[in-house]
Order: sequence, then C-alpha cells, then structure tokens
Amino acid sequence: MTARVFVPRDSGALAMGAESVAAAIRDEAGRRGEPVDVVRTGSRGMYWLEPLVEVDAGGSRAAYGPVAASDVASLFDAGFLAGGAHALGHGPVEAIPYFANQERVTFARVGIVDPWSLDDYLDTGGFKGLANALSMGGAEIVDTVTESGLRGRGGAAFPTGIKWKTALDAPSDVKYVVANADEGDSGTFSDRMVMEGDPFMLIEGMIIAGLAIDAREGYIYLRSEYPHAHETLRRAIATAYDHAYLGDDILGSGRAFHLDVRLGAGAYICGEETALLESLEGKRGMIRPRPPLPAVSGLWGRPTILNNVITLASAPLIFEKGAAYYKDYGMGRSRGTLPFQVSGNIRRGGLVEKAFGLTLGDLLYDFGGGSRTGRPIRAVQVGGPLGAYIPESQFDTPLDYEAFSGIRAMLGHGGAVAFDDTVDMAAMARFAMDFCAEESCGKCTPCRIGSTRGVEVIDRIRADADRSGNLRLLGDLTDLMLYGSLCGLGGLIPYPVVSALKHFPEDFGAEDVKELNLPF
Amino acid sequence: MQSITDRDLGTPRPKTTRTVTVEIDHRTVEVPEGSTVMHAAAANGIAVPKLCATDSLEPFGSCRLCLVEIEGRRGYPASCTTPVEAGMKVRTQSERLADLRRGVMELYISDHPLDCLTCPANGHCELQDMAGAVGLRDVRYGYEGVHHLDAETDASNPYFAFDPSKCIVCSRCVRACEETQGTFALTVDGRGFASTIAAGMNEPFMDSECVSCGACVQACPTSTLMEKSVYAHGQPDRTVTTTCAYCGVGCSFKAEVKGTQVVRMVPNKDGQANHGHSCVKGRFAYGYASHPDRITQPLVRASIDDPWKEVSWDDAIAHAASEFKRIRDRYGRNALGGITSSRCTNEEAYLVQKLVRAGFGNNNVDTCARVCHSPTGYGLKTTLGTSAGTQAFDSVEEADVVMIIGANPTDGHPVFASQMKRRLRAGARLIIVDPRVIDLVRTPHVQADHHLQLRPGTNVAVINGLAHVIVTEGLTDDAFANERCDPDEYAEWKAFVSHEKYSPRNVERMTGVRAETLRRAARLYAKGPNSAIYYGLGVTEHSQGSTMVIGMANLAMATGNIGREGVGVSPLRGQNNVQGSCDMGSFPHELSGYRHLSDGETRRLFQQDWGVEIDPEPGLRIPNMFDAALDGSFKGMYIQGEDFVQSDPNTQHIEAAMRAMECVIVQDLFLNETAKFAHVFFPGATFLEKDGTFTNAERRIQRVRKIMPPAAGMADWEVTQAFSNAMGYPMRYAHPSEIMDEIARLTPTFRGVSFETIDRLGSVQWPCNDAMPEGTPTMHVGGFVRGKGKFVVTEYVETDERSSRRFPLLLTTGRVLAQYNVGAQTRRTPNREWHDEDILEIHPHDAEQRGIADGGLVSLASRVGDTVLKARVTERIQPGVVYTTFHHPLCGTNVVTTENSDWATNCPEYKVTAVEVAPVTRLSEWQEQYRDFTRKQEDLLRERASVRT
Repeated sequence: MTARVFVPRDSGALAMGAESVAAAIRDEAGRRGEPVDVVRTGSRGMYWLEPLVEVDAGGSRAAYGPVAASDVASLFDAGFLAGGAHALGHGPVEAIPYFANQERVTFARVGIVDPWSLDDYLDTGGFKGLANALSMGGAEIVDTVTESGLRGRGGAAFPTGIKWKTALDAPSDVKYVVANADEGDSGTFSDRMVMEGDPFMLIEGMIIAGLAIDAREGYIYLRSEYPHAHETLRRAIATAYDHAYLGDDILGSGRAFHLDVRLGAGAYICGEETALLESLEGKRGMIRPRPPLPAVSGLWGRPTILNNVITLASAPLIFEKGAAYYKDYGMGRSRGTLPFQVSGNIRRGGLVEKAFGLTLGDLLYDFGGGSRTGRPIRAVQVGGPLGAYIPESQFDTPLDYEAFSGIRAMLGHGGAVAFDDTVDMAAMARFAMDFCAEESCGKCTPCRIGSTRGVEVIDRIRADADRSGNLRLLGDLTDLMLYGSLCGLGGLIPYPVVSALKHFPEDFGAEDVKELNLPF
Repeated sequence: MQSITDRDLGTPRPKTTRTVTVEIDHRTVEVPEGSTVMHAAAANGIAVPKLCATDSLEPFGSCRLCLVEIEGRRGYPASCTTPVEAGMKVRTQSERLADLRRGVMELYISDHPLDCLTCPANGHCELQDMAGAVGLRDVRYGYEGVHHLDAETDASNPYFAFDPSKCIVCSRCVRACEETQGTFALTVDGRGFASTIAAGMNEPFMDSECVSCGACVQACPTSTLMEKSVYAHGQPDRTVTTTCAYCGVGCSFKAEVKGTQVVRMVPNKDGQANHGHSCVKGRFAYGYASHPDRITQPLVRASIDDPWKEVSWDDAIAHAASEFKRIRDRYGRNALGGITSSRCTNEEAYLVQKLVRAGFGNNNVDTCARVCHSPTGYGLKTTLGTSAGTQAFDSVEEADVVMIIGANPTDGHPVFASQMKRRLRAGARLIIVDPRVIDLVRTPHVQADHHLQLRPGTNVAVINGLAHVIVTEGLTDDAFANERCDPDEYAEWKAFVSHEKYSPRNVERMTGVRAETLRRAARLYAKGPNSAIYYGLGVTEHSQGSTMVIGMANLAMATGNIGREGVGVSPLRGQNNVQGSCDMGSFPHELSGYRHLSDGETRRLFQQDWGVEIDPEPGLRIPNMFDAALDGSFKGMYIQGEDFVQSDPNTQHIEAAMRAMECVIVQDLFLNETAKFAHVFFPGATFLEKDGTFTNAERRIQRVRKIMPPAAGMADWEVTQAFSNAMGYPMRYAHPSEIMDEIARLTPTFRGVSFETIDRLGSVQWPCNDAMPEGTPTMHVGGFVRGKGKFVVTEYVETDERSSRRFPLLLTTGRVLAQYNVGAQTRRTPNREWHDEDILEIHPHDAEQRGIADGGLVSLASRVGDTVLKARVTERIQPGVVYTTFHHPLCGTNVVTTENSDWATNCPEYKVTAVEVAPVTRLSEWQEQYRDFTRKQEDLLRERASVRT
C-alpha cells in the first residue's frame, strides 16, 4: 500500500523549507523503494512546527515537525510512514493541545485537504452550501447571512447581512462581488492560509454572494506579495470553470458567475475598500469619499459586495449547516469564530480559530505559550498596525468586538503581535506614525501632512526637545487625525500612538497624560 | 484662481427641481435634493471653510476643513461629500469644529512659504482666506521639518507658472484636467507627504500633453498655478462679462481688468455655451490686442506701390468715399461691393450689408461663410427649413451616439470637445468619419467605436452607404419620417439609397471604408436611441458640400434623430460670429433672417424702413467679385475684417484680382495679407474695444462688452456709419443696441432680441419672438420649420479633382489648436510656441517612396501652384493623402488649393487637391516673391508719413 505523507505548500511552511522536505521525502522513498504519495496541503497554522509533516497512520494523522530535509532519512529509519516514534514526533495532530483546543469551523479543511483537489473539497462538504443557496432567492440568501450574525472579518466588523442587503436593494443591471485579499496588516495571515489551503471555499462563498445580489462577475483583489495564493487561486478557479461552478450556467441553474484574480501593486492603502476599488479599476489607489457606499456605488460605479476573504469564506458553511449553526458560536454581538493570528515575540506563533469570547491572555499564554524570549509580555498590538497596544493589565479582555471597543482597542482582522518588556513604546509610537507616513495615499491633509509631522513631534519628544509642548501637540495631532481623517489609515493610527502614550507614559517621559488633549 | 467675482458654492448644483428641507445653524432652508451639505449651506449664505472643494468639480473630500456636526451622526462628516437628507440638522460652527479646522490649517501652513505679501495670489488666495477664517495664530510644528518649500517653479508654459512650493495638493488642478478638460495631463506623483502634482510623466508643462486650456489655473486655490499676467500686473479690480472672439463655440468670459488693462480672461461659470471652461486661445491668446503691429491711424495711398500716408479719420473716410463715388460714376454702381466680417459683431455685419444695399445700391455683399459653411445654410434650409444647426451644445449630454463627420473638435472647437468627451466618458458611443486619425479617435478614456477613414472627397458615398444599410436592414423610423416629412419624397429617397450602387461593398470600393465598419456604424447610429451628428468643414468644403449636408439631414430624418435633445445635425462653425454674419443678410441673395431678395414683401419692408429701393437681383459672390475684378467690371471693395488673400483658395488668382481693382478698403487690426493690396486702411477695433453681439454655432446671441476705448478712436460700426454718411446714405445710430433694435424690427426670427433681453437672460438663441420669447435651444420640435421635412436624393458624383500620375496624392487641410484661422491674431501671441509654421503630414509609406525625412523641407505642388514647407512623417494620415494647415502666410497652403467649389454655393473644395510632394532644399518661387512683396509692403508701412491735419 502506498503511504500518504502530507507536506504543506503554505507560504509559511515553504519559507521554513517545506519544498526541500517534500523533495527529500520523495527522493528518500525512491531510494528505499517505499511507495509514498506526497500530498501537498495547506498549513495547520502551527507555524512553530513548520515544516510540519503528517502521515496517514490508521485513521489519524501523525505529526512530525519542524522537519528539515536532513531529518528525512532518520524519519524513514524511525518508520514514520507508519507513525513510528521519532524525536520530532508529536503524535496525532488533532491531539496537539494547541490544535485540539481550537474550534476549527471556517478552517475545518485547511491543512488537511489538497487545496488543488476539487474531489477533496467535495468529499469534505464542499459546494453543499452553494447547492442550498441555488434553491433560494436573493432575499432569502441575504436573510440567512443576516441571521448568522456574520460580521465583516476585515476589521470593521460591519454586519455582512446589512451590506449584502444594501447591494441587493441597489437598483442596477450589473453588480459585482469583490474579495478583499489585500491582507496587509502586520501579523495577519488568515486570508492567505485560506487561499492557499482551501481556495474553493472562497470561490463558493463568492458565488453565493453573487447569487444573493444577482452579480454575475467577481474579482479577488490579491496582494502581489502572495504568489503562492495566486497560483492556488488560479488553479482552483480554472477547475471551478471546468466543472461548471463558475461560468454562464452554474451547475445547470442558468445562473452565471465569472471570477478573476487581480493583483495589487504593494500599497497598503489598497486594502481600504474604496482605494481597492480605485486600484481594481486601474487607477491610483486613493480613498473615495463615502457616501456613496460601495454596496450602492462600488466597482465601476455599480453596487458591489466587497468583503474580506474570511467573511466570504464563511458563507459556504452557513449555507451548508444553517445560520443557527454558525450563530451558536461566539458571544454578545460577535457571532461565530475568528481565526486569531498570534505572532511577534511569542513561543507558539500561529493561527487559532476560536469562537469569540476567550480572553487575550488565553490566546497569549494558553495558545501562544508566552514570549519566545521568556521575558514578560509587556504589550500586545491587536488588529494590525492601526490597532491599539494593550498592556498586561487588560489581557483579561474577552476577544469580542464590543469588549475591545470598550477599552479603545480593536480586534480588527484578528492579528495579535506580542512584545516583551524590552520594548520601547515611544519607538513603537514613532513606528506607527512612520508607517502611516509611508503608506498614506496622500489625499487628506491630516494623514498626508499629519503623519509626517507626527514622526517629527515624537522624535522631538524622544530627544527631550520641549517635551511637554510636543506631548501636547501630539495629543492635538492624534485628535485631529482621529476625527478629521478621510479613512481608517489616518483615522486609526492614533490608536497605537495614543494607547502607547496612555499605557506606557514613562517611555515618553510624560508625567501626567491626563494633562494632554488625548482623543481617548 | 477663480474669477474675483465668482461665488463658489463648493460642489455642483444638482440637476433636479425637487427640494428637501434641512436645518443649518438653526436656520430652516429648502435646498435641491441631492445637494451636499456644503452646497446647501453656501447657497443660503452660510460659508463652510473649504479648500479642495469648488463647484465646478465633483466633491473630493480631501482637505477636511469643511467638517460639520450633524445631529444623530457620529464624528464630523465632511460637508462637501455628505448629501443632505430631509430633516437633517447641521451645525457648521462649534468650538470643536474650530479646533479641528485650526489643526488642519496648522498642518497646511507647516509646509507653505510665508511670503504672502510678495505672492501673486495675495488678496485672492483661498489658503490665506481660510487661515484667516479659522483663526490660525501659531504653527507649533515649526519649519524645521521636511517640506516642499525649495521646489522649483516650472515656467515653461508661456502663460502660466507652476510653483510647487505653494501647492497644497488639493488635486483641484488634476481634477479640472480630468473632469473639465478631459485631457488627463496632470496627476499626483508619489504618495503621502511626497505627493506632488506632475504634468505628463513628471516633465515640464510644455513638454507634457497639457493643452494649456487654463482649467487647472482657474481651479488652483493658491498661486501654485497662476497666470504670468497676474505676476506682471497684480490683481485685477473689476470684471466685464464678454464673449470670446475666436471660434464658433462662443465662450463667455469675464475679462478681469484694472483700469483698461486686461489682467486676465476667466471663463464665465454662468456662460451658457462654455459653463466656465475655456481653451488656450480664448483664455490666454488675447495679447494681439495690444501688439505693436496694431495700426491705430487710418492710412491711404494712391497705389499699392506707394508708401502709406497716415491721415485723420475724416480725411480717410472722405478719401474713401470720393474714390468709391468716382468708381460708381465711372464704372456704374455694380463696380462696388463689400465684405462683412464673421469676426465682427452682428451689428457691424448688418451695417456693412446695409451700406452695400442702401449706400452702394447693389447686392454685391458676401462674407467669409462663402468659403466655410455656406453649404450648411443651403443644405439645412432645403431639408429642414433653417440655415442653422438644430441643437444647443448642452444637447450632447443627452446623446447616446455621437457621429463626428469632418470635424476635429479637440483642435477646432476645444471647449465643446471637452463637453463632448465628458459625455463620451459617461458612456455615449462614438463614430468618426474622417480621412485622418484625429485625437478623438483615441484619447484618454475616449475611443471611437468606429473610425470611417474615408478617402478625401467621398463623403456623399459614405453617407449614402450608411443610409443604404439603415434602409435595407429596416432600421429607419418610418412612423417619424412619414408623419414629419413628405412621404413620397421619403419613399423616393429610400428607393434611391437602397440601390446596389450604395451597398457597403460598393461603397468600400468608392471610399476605402471597409464594408463591415460601415455596416456597424450604420446600425449603431440607427439604434441610438439618441444619435447626434456634429460636423465641420470636412463636410462643407467639397464640390459636393451641400449634397453632403443634405445627406446628413436625410439620415437624421429617416431615423427620427431630430427635434429633441440629444439628437440633431449640428455644424461646428468656425468663426466667433459666422452664424451671426450669415443671419444678418451678408449673402448677396438674402436679407437678414435668410429671406430671399426675390420676396417682394420682405423687400418692401426693408425699402420702407431704409428709404431706398433694393435691387431684387442677387449680387456677386466673393469668387464672382474676383472674376469681375479681373474682367475689369469690379473696381472697389470695402472689406471689413477678412483676409481672403491668405484664406481663400488659389492665392495667385486672388492676388491678380486684388491688383486689378482701383480702390480696396481694408478695415482690420493689422496690415494683413489682403491689406497689402489695399488703398485705404481703416484701423479696426478688437472685441475688447466695442459693444455688440456675437452669435455662436448654436444660434446663441451673446453680448460683447467694451472694456477699453478703441485703439484708433472708433469702433468698426462707427467707421461703417461714417463711411455710409460720406457716401451719401445717412446712418444715425448712437449705440449698437439701436442697430439690434432695427434688426429685430425687420427680422421675424429676431423679433424678441434686444440688448435688454440678452442682458436679462445672459444670452438668447434665435428664433426669439412672440412664440418663443426666451429663445429656442432645440429646433424642429414637433415639426419642421419648413413644414414637411424634405428628403432630397444625394447622388454621389466624384470630384473632378482626382489624383493623377503627375499629382498622385490628395491634399486635405485643417486646423491646429494653438492657431486660429489665418493666424493674424494667434501668430501675434505666444501661441506660436506650439505651432510656428504649417507642417505637411505624410504617411511613412509615401514619405519613404519619395525619400522624405521627418522634419525635412518638401515642395507641395498642385496644378495651380506650389509651395514649400516642412514634413512630418506620421501614421495619423492614410497612405495617398497628405494634410496641412493654413495658419501661416509664408507656408502658402492656399497657393496650392484650387478654385474647384461646391456646386450650390461656390464654397471652395479646400479638402481635396491633387498634389505631388518632393524633397527640396529651398523655398518656392511664390514664397520668394511673397517675401519680397511683404518686405516691400512693410517698408511702405514703416515709411508712412503723417499728413494728419
């Protein structure tokens, strides 16, 4: 019998040498005359174990990792094809606590199936949601999404059902569905993992969105830094066309949906939905004023559902298992699960899909295992480069949209980047302003000039030049940027800056932050 | 900088009559539905601070000065991008808003020079105004940070400077270039703080695609883009609304003046033809008015070989009158004639034709429309009943399909081209019928669906081919045509165009237009639903010019594309007042309002009013006058504002005719080509120096207002009046408005027109009478002016002018953006930096065969003459065809063009001349003679003696 060995083709695993490991396994198997079928999968999201090699061993998959090509011979020697013991062995993957304690709902297939295989997708419930959606009217589809409680996973957490309904109600003979796959936030990778590990799920979700509003065309706006995701999406889309999931007649229903991938050109701002639309139209990535909302006037001025990858990828499950199934997960108004991404100075970095409600501390310590350096974690930035820095005193905050707003922080796209006690928070505040200056599209004044002046002001504070005056000025500037900026870049950059200043005033030499005109 | 008297409401006024009620600063106001909060506030006298918003551009939302508070909404929405909703409660001022706005201004000023006192925008700078409005007192960021204060000024454009150190990156210039002009020459380069405005590929303005329309300069809120004239003269202190004296678009301008110095010309936002837009000519090229070449003293001489004598007006007029009386006494009254000018006002054109008919006692009056749009008059009058276009320019905004035939709007009628491009960008389809690849075939965000690149001279075959497809495929609107037109004539026309002769395959053979392209274009035009034809001299200046005009009218009638917005047959007329001069009775067979002399009733009306007998026989047309001069029967000519020695075909023939006359009176600004053959020179007045009206291509009558006194002391109408009085026919007008009153009294289509009406309405489109007291934007609504629309069969007859072994190429002629007609004005402005000589365009294939290199000198020879100019090797032109312009006298294009002309109107066939082109190393014999003659005439002018008493 041919043994099946699973080696990820996920970018994270590839970065750690998965390609040479897969080659080494094939070579070694050939040398030894042992028939081996090397299946390439997505990643389980336990990046500290990558390359994580799995072997089909009597109903469960035995895990070995991190495996280097030089380890392969010894793995064969240890009989790993039958789940034999080895120093790199972790036993059944599903039993690893990091994994066992998750609620893999959206990521149920990721790391398990061959992402290029339509059969794998179909064998694991794929396209059942689409079949159900095809029997529904647009309004019924939208209602189902509304009932599920799904909110936008890109960061703004806007109720998806309302967005879809707005696009449904907007009169137009042409509408679009666009997936925002410009995953630019530092410390985030869940979109990429889906696209590399379960691309049909995104495709299915986009088709369902198309059915909901009678959009017959869709685009995935993918950042160019994701070449492997591009390759996987390209293959999956071609396969979906070949099997009539895409095209002029979806599964003989008479409904049409066409899908294509468009690559970005490296601008962070193009992850903002209106700049994304400008870029998709071939223009410079600049923010459009709202109103009109993209759901009313989006791509080429037409009503457009523009959702994050995870949001769209959540739809198939909702239509396969019902809105109630999804809604059962979560707390308060945060329903379902969120794939949290833990990185930075952390022992076990990776993806943790959990229902909303566990605390930040749980994520950092129970899953992440504390800092990699072993020093105390001093601050965590949650929600990407525009997210607040959260001090240890707030680690008991539940991971829930409203709870995070309550402490003037944001969950965003679910990324958490940890820093130990050697961090200089004034430098981090400067980094935030500098990031804003670097990535500002240059349209609105508070962001265009403010971010550059912000860096200069923080530099003066750090150099102790008129420290108190410049601290006051920084307070006024963050207030202006928060309330005056056109979009979320300039409008949210005060979060890391102000949170750093408020929670770590000592790093700024600030005596009394209450004296400052901080916006929060 | 906007006009100093403009009120800026921030965002465009929505096109709706519905209103909503909102509360702004505790005031309840009713505003148009869809207004932005900013517009709603501004329209009610509440100024919200702003920098990136201006009401000529779509809202942008970048400066963040206009933030307001709206009850029930979080944060501080930008008033420029937030539409009003019924019941909305808005606060535009609060302490919080004041803090935010000061914060924005503080950032702006942290990267702005503090040189207000020496800045050209000082006094009309929006940034300065806003700093004042928000109460900025301190810039706590200091000036040590990164900045753009050292950015260098780009002064490459002759009319405006670009000083990026003053730039606030509001993008108004970029948006104006896109939205208003449609050229897309400007962009924001870089991003974030590094964002800068760039022309083209970040090159000097003059090297970029910039067409110097001035929209960006007008949109700029600071001195970043500023007219050099404002640098030179300082800020203007008053404005006078007047009408551009260049093309037939008729842009309304606010002349911004101090004393009698024009500081700048700013397009009028309320201008009904141009809606606040302009082109490089109207906006900037007015410097000819104060050019040293202006002649400001009347001149006389006995022969063209004598030096000129400067004399007083009285002496000049007395001399001219005595010469004309002498000629009349010796050769008879028919030896005299006059030319009205399409550059002068309606009132002046009317007076000249009145002088000829009443003072000279004959009908020997004609006008330059003879050589441009006379076939339009003939063709549209015959088919529809009115010698004018059917639409207002704004009609294009309702068009679904635009068909441009023989016109090059981006060069010839740039402001209308911008309006058209806006509509095309919004989705209207485009068909172009032109032998040459004009810009509109492919220009940013506009591309023709079909380009019918026909061989010159085959227009009628193409229009018949289009009609053939439409009729044989059953795409006509029979209900419309049978009801509105004569059904028998319609049936006859259908049978005619259905003939196999005009099948697409046969038409392909005749014209070079591929059969499939013709079919597709025909279907597109017929499908509409609103299809509009715009055409130019590429239609009229042919031996079958009138036939083609009729053919287009036939097509419009057969498809129901006439009599409403968005459709029609619209000539793009060349000169500022060519429509008007035709309306005024400038043709030898017609009295004002296109009434034929043979109509006794009309004649009686004029005879009664003028107190003279009017000869019922039509007089001489311009070419007949030349022929008569050469046969010795025509001896005296009064030419107001026309330069036919340069503009009319077969120059050498005209020169001979000029020399044959005994008294030529030229009234003009400059000693133009025609004046070199004159015996009396009356110095003319520019449009800045007199009152009157111009009528544009859409029949719109607009005021020309006096800004400064005439350089020579008399306006042109005053000179004509004095000349008439000296000739013995009394004229007693105290003001041009009295002339218009007489026109209205004697012309049914002008009955309601007066200076008072125009001043009240801004402008008025004739017919304006009791039935249509505010004028008529769209003609033939509900029925044709002539009663039943008339279909006329249009047999294609090949022109006699065809290529031969000796002259294997076809020359066709046109215009460029920077120059205007004979160039008398534009050549005396910095516009020559764009175009300082006429260039011959030739296809690479033809060039290679002849050994012609790009930029090399070539001779251009036809059977009537030859000239030498530079070649440009380009694929814009098809093989077998060459192209040039006629803006420069030395280039002598019209030495080559022939006397062939339209069968109905004698409009010359400028668009087809069989020629040969060959590389040469020196100018032609004619050019050498021209140089000598010009040098001599300039000497005679320089040597002029003053004998003023």
